[in-house]
Amino acid sequence: MIKLASEAEATLSSFYEEMRAKGAPRLRAAAWAAFSEFGLPSRRVESWHYTDLKTAMSRPAPLATSSRGAMPLPRAHDSLRLVTLDGVFRADLSDIARLPEGVAVQSLRDALAQGELHVMSALASADIGAQDPILALNAALMQDGVVVQIAPGAKIARAIELATFSSAEAAQSTYTRALVMLGEGAQATLIETLGALSAAPAQDNGALVLRLAASARVELVTHLSGGVDQSIRVASLLAHLDADARIHSFALIEGEGLHRRQIFVRLDGEKASAVFNGATLGRGRLHADTTLIVDHAKPSGQSRECFRNILDDQSVGVFQGKVIVRPGAQKTDGAMQSKALLLSEQATMNNKPELEIFADDVQCGHGATCGRLDKDQLFYLTARGLPRREAEALLIEGFANEAMEALEDEQLKAFLSDRVSVWLSRRIGR
Amino acid sequence: MLEIKDLHVAVGEHEILKGLTLSVKAGEVAAIMGPNGTGKSTLSYIVSGREGYDVTQGDVRLNGENILDLDPAERAARGVFLAFQYPVEIPGVATMTFLKAALNAQRRARGEPELQTPEFMKRVREAAASLGVSQDMLRRPLNAGFSGGEKKRMEILQMALLQPRLAILDETDSGLDIDALRVVADGVNALRSPERAFVVITHYQRLLEYIRPDTVHVMAQGRIMRSGGPELAQELEERGYQDYIAQEAA
Repeated sequence: MIKLASEAEATLSSFYEEMRAKGAPRLRAAAWAAFSEFGLPSRRVESWHYTDLKTAMSRPAPLATSSRGAMPLPRAHDSLRLVTLDGVFRADLSDIARLPEGVAVQSLRDALAQGELHVMSALASADIGAQDPILALNAALMQDGVVVQIAPGAKIARAIELATFSSAEAAQSTYTRALVMLGEGAQATLIETLGALSAAPAQDNGALVLRLAASARVELVTHLSGGVDQSIRVASLLAHLDADARIHSFALIEGEGLHRRQIFVRLDGEKASAVFNGATLGRGRLHADTTLIVDHAKPSGQSRECFRNILDDQSVGVFQGKVIVRPGAQKTDGAMQSKALLLSEQATMNNKPELEIFADDVQCGHGATCGRLDKDQLFYLTARGLPRREAEALLIEGFANEAMEALEDEQLKAFLSDRVSVWLSRRIGR
Repeated sequence: MLEIKDLHVAVGEHEILKGLTLSVKAGEVAAIMGPNGTGKSTLSYIVSGREGYDVTQGDVRLNGENILDLDPAERAARGVFLAFQYPVEIPGVATMTFLKAALNAQRRARGEPELQTPEFMKRVREAAASLGVSQDMLRRPLNAGFSGGEKKRMEILQMALLQPRLAILDETDSGLDIDALRVVADGVNALRSPERAFVVITHYQRLLEYIRPDTVHVMAQGRIMRSGGPELAQELEERGYQDYIAQEAA
């Protein structure tokens, strides 16, 4: 273990002492040890090369201490909502009473106190994402969150929304972790909403752990929004798929400040299938990083990634995608694509797709492009009567749509299209 | 309708149009014929407002108004329509979304009320039926994966929907088989009217058997070299463009 040298790391160490006293000391100790080995990642850490978290987090904000009463929260979906507010799971603000049969919910705090083996081992998830210091920090400091268990065979019609908000008037840090376990053959639509309700610069480190038993199916839509220039949000997703399980995911990143979404997915059963798509709408000085590791551990798995970064002003986009095919994972079929559209001279995109293939009978490919709006397309649309900004909007919308097309839930698709339209209408308006 | 006088156009140092003069009246179908590389497409782009060309001399008037300072959308709202030689594929943009946005943008610019969806759908369906454009094509992203013939039919469908005053058809016959050519020509002929003018740009006389022009203009070396009636097209078909290319050498 190296000595954590910086002032920031000393502050985090005091957070750790505080949280360890509150429960799950062994789990936290292991995670803290993992974090301590790396410390806050600087640009010298390869997977954090484009997002300088060490500098951004040079002053960790105090841990959130929520004592807020009931408050009205913005609602975008007709969903079964489970709310974590300022680092604390809020049953009183959640749709607990409306949960259908087959869905069991408890707070992370309660789950950690009970210490059920299968829950604890799922929460620890040491097998994937173990190399990431910020995910380890999340496990060491997790304050609260929600644990959802969906019974084998249950098909949950209404979407379950995991909503995490920061509402404090002053800067604060939150460390939240949610776990969703789907039993064999279970099906659910999940919405992950990460937002800010105040203008204070929050530092939110959240993780969602998904365990899909054999033949389980999940459609997941993640929406990262809000933030101010100084806010920092790291949202990690750990997904673990057994045989024939399928996840189809789309993430939209917008807002301000620094956002990093990191995805660690392991296809750990034969014929598992994972789709991770996403779009970023960058404006102002937004820094939006999507970093993804898809680990094919068993044969005949399929993975698809399609990301679209739309970057205006001085915004910065990052896409790092790595597809790993383990020695035994023959017949793996993987395709990864990242495209960026730069709408201003000052916008920046960093694309880094990678393949690490240790099996010989696989089909894997990747592509990354970065460009501006196509002049021929623009002329075509304007020659048909669309004013320049509207023509641009139509092309940008089309560009984003390509990543959304495959979503099955029409309501969620409409919600996302609407977010894109709102973003574009602000652009037309200026 | 369209008055072009002594038009000189350059791209960088290279002059493409060298004093082109052309007049097309309302109700007229004017055919422009000429060899490759003589600036026919440039002419269509200049009238419709594409960027990247320098007009160094001359002017282009539409119903008396100089349109060279207008952007493409403003020209479209005034009734200029270009049927592209190579219609652009736009994946991700639904054809119907595009059609409605274009039509209503033009209507807004002219101060007309926007068309509501039922009326819009009715018009698209009618135009599509007469041009053999399938519902499947309308459901796909704009021109994405369309064959050459499908793209050209989509151009004519847009023309039928937008009802322009001046339609420029740039090599609309290229890449069409004889059946598709007939469908496209019928679409154009159905739109002929005393209030509307057409400029039909083509290499070959073939298209003009289906769309009978009122006037024929031979374009070579960046200018209109000769104008006449439909018989001129026949003469060109027999003799080729040798006479006009030779003049330059002489």
